[in-house]
Amino acid sequence: MKGYPALLIVMLFLIACGQSNKKLPILGEREPTTKEIDGKMVTDTIYQTIPPFSFINQDSVIINNKDFDNSIYVADFFFTSCPSICPIMSKNLLKVLNKYKGNKEVKILSHSIDTKYDTPWVLKKYATKLGVNGDQWQFVHGSQESIYGIADKYMVYAKENSSAPGGFEHQGWLILIDKDKRIRGAYDGTNDEQVSQLMDDMDILLKEYH
Amino acid sequence: MRNPLISILFVCAVILVLANACQGEEEIKKAQFFANGKSLYTSNCENCHSQNGEGLSDLYPPLTDTSFLRGHRNQLACFVKYGIGQQLTVDNRKFDTKMPANSNLTDQEIAYILTYIGNSFGNELGLISTEEVSTSLKNCEIVE
Repeated sequence: MKGYPALLIVMLFLIACGQSNKKLPILGEREPTTKEIDGKMVTDTIYQTIPPFSFINQDSVIINNKDFDNSIYVADFFFTSCPSICPIMSKNLLKVLNKYKGNKEVKILSHSIDTKYDTPWVLKKYATKLGVNGDQWQFVHGSQESIYGIADKYMVYAKENSSAPGGFEHQGWLILIDKDKRIRGAYDGTNDEQVSQLMDDMDILLKEYH
Repeated sequence: MRNPLISILFVCAVILVLANACQGEEEIKKAQFFANGKSLYTSNCENCHSQNGEGLSDLYPPLTDTSFLRGHRNQLACFVKYGIGQQLTVDNRKFDTKMPANSNLTDQEIAYILTYIGNSFGNELGLISTEEVSTSLKNCEIVE
């Protein structure tokens, strides 16, 4: 029996070490660049990042990439009248919001792919009914071109399709972006296990900055 | 049959046995409808109304308000088939999110779904038969 506390301490150490050493991968395309520094050729890697953007949010305020500069964020693509996977994604994002409520380093960015119907007013109504207020979770409206264009950059498939339920075909990924706008994870927003994985990974990512 | 009392008792007993048999049959039918309804619920309703019927915040109403379901029993099939465009008060809360139509569902499938919802989440509406659904659907008031 005497050995147990020691064993426990060793185990705790192992668990703690395992966690602090874990780092999230950087996803997307990458290309090496070579530049000359102090007379030596140094090779560096340029990672895929989310390009600058500008949309209108649920409060009819323009928000852009700079609003996300000092935070990690979760991005998704949805529409308010979506009868298929979006309600589950919203429900799961609500869990994420509640876990990090008030944390200035964590934001959520939901892009509406129904650019005709989902005006800022409709988005505001949706957010209010969902029980979301404040600016930690942004619901954004943009031109069809800009929304579908940025979906590609997040590596999420979204297209208008009259034969799909609700008129749009899209994937339910929740994409985790770091403070440098790099993609650090993609999680199925309809799968509870993957959503808890997302929240674990957010903790790991936040540690990179502390 | 000399004694009229005995023949009356006999008739009563026969009626009782038949009635019991009918009830047993209905119970079996209900269990069958319930089981079929469960999988249809998962594919058609669960995304919004959630697995345990609790709905989602003030966006999608819960299916746990038994008195609402009882009071609207003959409209439930219309809600499922044609969707809902008007505001409803469920669980003492107002809901006005448009519910999409499910026009691809047959009367039988709607009966399965309603029997499942009607006997889950604390509801006890009993069997909602295909005939009942067909009758309800003939009398739908569609409010856009």
